[in-house]
Amino acid sequence: MSERSLMKGNEALAEAAMRAGCKCFFGYPITPQTEISAYLAKKMSANGGLFLQAESEIAAINMVLGAASTGTRCMTSSSSPGISLKSEGISYIAASDLPCVIINVQRGGPGLGGIQPSQADYWQATKGLGHGDFHILVYAPASVQEMVDMAVNAFDKADQYRMPAMILADGLLGQMMEPVTFPEIKPMEYDKSWAASGHKNKREHNIINSLFLTPEVLENSVIERFERYRKIEETETDAEIYLCNDADIVVCAFGATARVAKSAVNLARGKGIKAGLFRPKTLWPFPVNELKDAVKTAKKILSVEMNMGQMIDDIKLATECKIPVSFFGRTGGVIPKPMEILDKIVDLGGDI
Amino acid sequence: MAVAYKRPHAYCDVPTHYCPGCTHGIVHRILSEVIDEMGIEGDTIGICPVGCSVMAYDYFNCDMIEAPHGRAPAVATGVKRAKPDSYVFTYQGDGDLAAIGTCETVHAATRGENIVVIFINNTTYGMTGGQMAPTTLPGQVTQTTPFGRDTSVQGFPVKVCEMLSTLSGTALAQRVAVDSVPHINEAKKAIRKAFENQKEKRGFSIVEVLSTCPTNWGLSPVEALDRLRNEMIPYYPLGVYKDVNVREEGKEDA
Ligand SMILES: Cc1ncc(C[n+]2csc(CCOP(=O)(O)OP(=O)(O)O)c2C)c(N)n1
Ligand code: SF4
Ligand SMILES: [Mg+2]
Repeated sequence: MSERSLMKGNEALAEAAMRAGCKCFFGYPITPQTEISAYLAKKMSANGGLFLQAESEIAAINMVLGAASTGTRCMTSSSSPGISLKSEGISYIAASDLPCVIINVQRGGPGLGGIQPSQADYWQATKGLGHGDFHILVYAPASVQEMVDMAVNAFDKADQYRMPAMILADGLLGQMMEPVTFPEIKPMEYDKSWAASGHKNKREHNIINSLFLTPEVLENSVIERFERYRKIEETETDAEIYLCNDADIVVCAFGATARVAKSAVNLARGKGIKAGLFRPKTLWPFPVNELKDAVKTAKKILSVEMNMGQMIDDIKLATECKIPVSFFGRTGGVIPKPMEILDKIVDLGGDI
Repeated sequence: MAVAYKRPHAYCDVPTHYCPGCTHGIVHRILSEVIDEMGIEGDTIGICPVGCSVMAYDYFNCDMIEAPHGRAPAVATGVKRAKPDSYVFTYQGDGDLAAIGTCETVHAATRGENIVVIFINNTTYGMTGGQMAPTTLPGQVTQTTPFGRDTSVQGFPVKVCEMLSTLSGTALAQRVAVDSVPHINEAKKAIRKAFENQKEKRGFSIVEVLSTCPTNWGLSPVEALDRLRNEMIPYYPLGVYKDVNVREEGKEDA
């Protein structure tokens, strides 16, 4: 079944989550992701699921903790300030090895910031989503279609690795309308024998917990989790590589920004500048090997982001600082224009 | 020979970490007895708080979840909404329920979540070494009220049953104590009633248990029980503050 429909990013993502078997959604209103809640409020119960508006983002993420503990597919959605509130819960969920999906339709920050699109939560999502040693999977869609595909995939990967997965979108993707095709969902079976859903007098009691008072026991639980993370870093990276084969300048951009950057790359090619685009689709794990491949011929790298350059360090690490990395970004909700990026590419191209 | 004491199945046969004379153990026991008597252990999911009872997941034989500090009612909501046929209880201290988790408590109650909340009011933060709790009595000396709780500075204690009984989603709000055998029997009946409410989907049920913390009160177990009786009960009167079926109330409202 491959119907094509014209949908807003937020609504398409909500529909995809439902189709992926999400049975419980808990959220608290915040712009620019409110359409996700509105859509699910209308459709969830007819689909045998639950929509519940929580009293805060803190409550919402802890409701997710509860539902996920029972082995039920569940999701919460918010935007930047709300994600900060969820961070305690996300740390507990990660530490309890629970699968769930978290949506961040980013807006400008810090503080209350603004309500226009932003990518200023890159650091938060990939490095500091809560206290303690842990990671979560982070996917960065660049189209409404990817909002759908990545949401479906996120539920599977969360279940497969027993960890939270985040869709790191932005207000632009959330609000824009594009044609989408909903993929056929292949129902997969995941082991949920760990779930606290009532032992029915058939097994020992299950405990969902993140407290380990003996340091060595806690250390071992973290080490075990990091072994899983290493496997994920080897197998779960994904990136789009565009015109990088012979590129002198590789532009790195993720999410909606990558679309603008792609236009700039095409314009640069029109001017005879050998530019290419590298777009990480997974931000954690960062596609290190894919980037290494993409910059084989590159003399310069230009990171383009809707923030102050939060991805630069990951690019430098992946390329072992062998290629100079420049930056062009707009922040606070300002979307970069293709011509601005082109100017920067032309600048860099001048002395190649 | 007649068996005088039998450990309820729902109460794991392991040593607990509670201090001698602490009443957490009594409450664990009567709660376990209720789970046994109703035959619901296999369908019950308990949520632990952060507080002295944080490790209660090792003490109850049903499935257990450890929640972040104050968030047990939200976690319980997630569990109950995902598995509506299960029995869900939270077990929370006063700091957990009435300070950091007040918002989650009030909203779980007002939504009429079909859950049971066992609320241990010991007028202090036991686990962190005896600081002022939202329930600390006026004049009470704690680590952070070394000159006694001064209501002009630290404000007044929260009376949880009184507060929650004003909410339409609350089915049962009852305050009990565990200082004597008759009171313990009364407490057990209240807990049973709370679980029966959940079975019948009558709404949110909270049983507030006036408890002791001999360690942080600096009293012997017996003196601590005396303090509960002589100082706590007069300030926090025992009794049923609310007992309704919120589903039927709702119908009347509509
Ligand atoms: C977010 C957070 N803040 C503070 C703490 C520290 N803490 C642990 S237990 C506790 C108070 C517990 O008191 P109460 O809920 O009354 O339970 P009791 O120990 O008295 O049974 C505090 C403040 C924590 N673990 N997490
Ligand atoms: S510190 Fe107080 S509440 Fe905690 S176990 Fe000891 S006596 Fe009980
Ligand atoms: Mg206490």
